[in-house]
Amino acid sequence: MSLERFISKAISPWMKESGPDDDIVLSSRIRLARNLEEYTFPILTHQHDGEAVLNEVRSHVARHANDDLAKLELLLMKELEPIQKQVLVEKHLISPHLANDAPYGAVLLSEDESISIMINEEDHIRIQHLASGLRLKDVLERSNEIDDLLEETLDFAFDEKRGYLTSCPTNVGTGMRASVMMHLPALVLSQQLNRIIPAINQLGLVVRGIYGEGSEALGNLFQISNQMTLGKSEMDIVEDLYSVVTQLIERERHARETLLQKSKVQLEDRVYRSYGVLQNSRIIDSKEAANCLSDVRLGIDLSLIQGVSQTILNELMILTQPGFLQQYAGERLSPGERDIRRASIIREALKLNEQ
Amino acid sequence: MECQNCHIQPATLHFTKIVNGEKMEMHLCEQCAKNKGELMGQNNFSIHQLLTGLLNFDQPFKKHSQTNSFTTFTSQKCEKCGMTYEQFAKIGRFGCAKCYETFDAKLDPLLKRVHSGNHTHSGKIPKRGAADLHIRKKIALLKETMQDYIEREEFEKAAVIRDELRSLEKQYGNKKGE
Ligand SMILES: [Zn+2]
Ligand SMILES: [Zn+2]
Repeated sequence: MSLERFISKAISPWMKESGPDDDIVLSSRIRLARNLEEYTFPILTHQHDGEAVLNEVRSHVARHANDDLAKLELLLMKELEPIQKQVLVEKHLISPHLANDAPYGAVLLSEDESISIMINEEDHIRIQHLASGLRLKDVLERSNEIDDLLEETLDFAFDEKRGYLTSCPTNVGTGMRASVMMHLPALVLSQQLNRIIPAINQLGLVVRGIYGEGSEALGNLFQISNQMTLGKSEMDIVEDLYSVVTQLIERERHARETLLQKSKVQLEDRVYRSYGVLQNSRIIDSKEAANCLSDVRLGIDLSLIQGVSQTILNELMILTQPGFLQQYAGERLSPGERDIRRASIIREALKLNEQ
Repeated sequence: MECQNCHIQPATLHFTKIVNGEKMEMHLCEQCAKNKGELMGQNNFSIHQLLTGLLNFDQPFKKHSQTNSFTTFTSQKCEKCGMTYEQFAKIGRFGCAKCYETFDAKLDPLLKRVHSGNHTHSGKIPKRGAADLHIRKKIALLKETMQDYIEREEFEKAAVIRDELRSLEKQYGNKKGE
């Protein structure tokens, strides 16, 4: 397969859309956890119940012919190759838990991959909806519509006092995790983020790196999400997150301006060096690639680099993950081989992008 | 930010702890956070990854935190899934929806810890599954409105609402009788 076709298949269609504030906010996500009243939660589930839950959801979805649910495609975890599952994880369409530890796991995917419904993960049902840019309210509305469609015939575990009942008490209540993926290179470079994170934590929000081992933030990409799910309405949670995110956007923009004014040459030097590394290296590990991609993306956003598409950062961050590298190569690769393959894919993708 | 304990690894876990009403911030790497396990299980660590740590009886800190409300357990068992509170505390996950009812008496302090002081839901209500609840909430709201009208001596308006209430209550009664 040509790299062009591979990329077009690899990148979720929703990612190519532009969205509000997408120079800083890459994507918005809502996840709703739901369980069927009748069955034990997946951690205790045996084969019979696991399949019963799957069949209930399946037959429910089959009853829909003309709405959002009708167009979903079902993938069973037990029928996928390990690399195929890894690719779905790297695209954030399923969780590592569903890929590796859910024997009766399945996912329903929409064609543009903006909707994914995981079945038999930690909870029976996890609805996820993704969109580009800062669009939390739209995404919440759409997620609620999908939730309502599912609830038409499925009996969800719900309690007046505790709300939607989930396997983990950290999700009970709304069952909702709202999150926003942000690129914050100037706040990291100016060492402001260190001081901001504790303040954000105080507001009941969690900041974590998206790529990299543990929670180290590769590529200056951060996920901001709500920690509490109980006691506030979905809209209030989303509004609190939204207001923190807009403040972070302001600060990041301000830090970028300051960098441009006070150290333009140093910034240009950094951005062009990174661009040079990506265009020319023959061996590159994921950490160096992520840092260089972040620099180049910053260069694009500040109009220091022209003619390279904005989406290059998220696209290449995903494409150069181990699962994708191996899927493109069509074979298992050692870490050393992956670094060589990564360098070559980045070089080719930049050439394609420049044409 | 570097880890404030080892000063080598980047700090990846950030938490606040309330000691005698005073706020303390900690920024640790994963390893140091693990090593500091004996400090946890008391007071107010607000990070959900540490939940199992909060509940875990097998940790060495158990003996230091006798005041911890979670250390006083009985071997109560969920009749639907068979899970005991000790098992729940160990894995930090419930076995089924019924567990919430079974362990209800113990849940308020736990949920308050995890959800910034909250223990009661105030979000979405399922349209079909909790239709009764929707009606009950509507009845309560209408009653309030009716009372307002009566106090303001707008009796015609109050009467309209009274009629609406009657039909709603009838509907609710029928549903319950089903
Ligand atoms: Zn440390
Ligand atoms: Zn149970």
